[in-house]
Amino acid sequence: MMRAESITAEQVKAAIDAAIPGCHVEILPNGSPSAQHSLILDNDHAVEIARFLRDDPTLRLDYCSNVTGVDWLDSEISEKIKVRKLVDGVETEVDEVRKTRTPGYLEAVYHLFSMEKKHGPVIIRLRTADRGDGARVPSLTPVWRSAEFQEREAFDLYGIVFEGHPDLRRLLMWEGFADYPMRKDYVAPPDDDEPILEPVSAEGSSH
Amino acid sequence: MSPGTESPEMTSLEADAFVEAAEQVETPEAARASAPPVNADGEQLLEISMGPHHPSTHGVFRMNVVLEGERVRRLKPVFGYLHRNHEQIAEKASYLAAIPYTDRLDYLCSMTNNWAYALSVEKLAGLTVPERAEYIRVIVGELTRLQNHASLIGFLMQDMGASGTPLMYAFREREKILDLFESLSGARMMCNYMRFGGVRVDTPPQWLEQVRTLIGEFPRFLDEFEALLMENEILLSRTQGVGVLPSELAVSAGTSGPMLRASGVNYDVRKVDGYGIYDRFQFRVPLGEHGDVFDRYMMRVLEMRESLKILDQALRDISAGPIIDPKAKLRGLRPKAGEAYGRIESPKGELGFFLISDGSQNPYRYRVRPPSLINLTVLEDMCLDRSVADIVVILGSVDIVLGEVDR
Repeated sequence: MMRAESITAEQVKAAIDAAIPGCHVEILPNGSPSAQHSLILDNDHAVEIARFLRDDPTLRLDYCSNVTGVDWLDSEISEKIKVRKLVDGVETEVDEVRKTRTPGYLEAVYHLFSMEKKHGPVIIRLRTADRGDGARVPSLTPVWRSAEFQEREAFDLYGIVFEGHPDLRRLLMWEGFADYPMRKDYVAPPDDDEPILEPVSAEGSSH
Repeated sequence: MSPGTESPEMTSLEADAFVEAAEQVETPEAARASAPPVNADGEQLLEISMGPHHPSTHGVFRMNVVLEGERVRRLKPVFGYLHRNHEQIAEKASYLAAIPYTDRLDYLCSMTNNWAYALSVEKLAGLTVPERAEYIRVIVGELTRLQNHASLIGFLMQDMGASGTPLMYAFREREKILDLFESLSGARMMCNYMRFGGVRVDTPPQWLEQVRTLIGEFPRFLDEFEALLMENEILLSRTQGVGVLPSELAVSAGTSGPMLRASGVNYDVRKVDGYGIYDRFQFRVPLGEHGDVFDRYMMRVLEMRESLKILDQALRDISAGPIIDPKAKLRGLRPKAGEAYGRIESPKGELGFFLISDGSQNPYRYRVRPPSLINLTVLEDMCLDRSVADIVVILGSVDIVLGEVDR
């Protein structure tokens, strides 16, 4: 069997831009040797784009294999810059540290393949505005049923709310659990219900 | 208070919680939620909870089932009884230290779990695998498939009431394969054998000969197994036309592995990606026609025969050489920032690992794509309008291991 040529992120982006006017798709380059670049979709058009990716006769990404969440914390980049300043009445060049703060966000990542055309992966990403409670992205379960449990898992462990999901409940943690354990700043509560064992001496035990 | 005796009186805190819980039930929303489900005629339906401790659930797995008479009207799986946040454990460990944890995902197939993880790290860090290691991987991978499929058929028969005999036949053969794994890796089930860039140790002397003997004898077992089961009337009537999964739904629901191919969809990662050295081997991909339990059973039988063909060719072509990439830095591997998704055809389906590196010693994101969990997406669709007894058989034909479902 001949293996199909892999499809590049640039080709997919060009196809989306041509088919869906007004949408915003950005290529996120991947520095690893795998060179699996991904596409960041704008949340307003995500469902429409997903339908297009699934149904377009040349793409036919009918198989949404993997869906998961990623937590990106607030980041602070410090860079040293040189500033001209008046020091003791003389203009001199001094080093100063400039800090750029990027707010964190949550990300839903989808790995798409085509069972019909045998190509892939095409990776698409949806990003929330922030890491707050109720950070949301549109659900792609109406497009690919395989996202049903996996989006529930991302909701459960990361707290990403998938709007339009038919049955968004926790998947692995129990109902009533309040936190999101896969987040990078999650701290597990102290294990306070561990039984306290009293020391038993060999002769003192009546059992 | 001597240990072992309990105070019969409630503490005031417990009593408060008790009263609070009693008050909560009385709110109208809670009353509606706890009201028993009814059908269109207003007749009360029976809601039962199958599992988590039930021999047919293959572990700790629960299904909330709503029945009208004997017919299934709703089925909601409940997960998480074996959840230990495997992904976070691995994110806090180094790349090397995550390998033994992967053994415990699908604990029947530790070799293929290792392989999928090693493959993903190799993609992430740009490592190559020496030829001999690739052959050893194929050999242990296909042996894993043989023992997984044989035990699955045994368990499926057990679920149908064939108590013991077929399962013990399968386990007899599985033992021989586990013996081989033990002499190769030191462990029967938790092999911890593969490394990114190759495998941990070379095969012991005579090991390949022992594999050759095993695969020489295996067809006799398969013939006997098939003769025992194939024309069994109970097997046929319990499986044919039961739990039908249409191909469109199978594709949309991300089903993979033998379950997908039983619905007639030709998609085998070994063929599609040709990962490792799979494109060197001649083998066929069996396909089903009806997508019922019987076809899913048959896929396993036929795939075992194809695995034997692959093993035969691998044993013929394997040559001496190094077993690990000298550039692979096992301890303290720090892949360049970036990400990779690697996947293999595990006995259960597409097993994938998605790794993001931030340049540090441990992965920033480590995700397992679990075929056992995703294949359960369509469990309700397959069980609707069937009887309770069919749920057991349909679940048995999916082939799940809870270590992988719950992670």
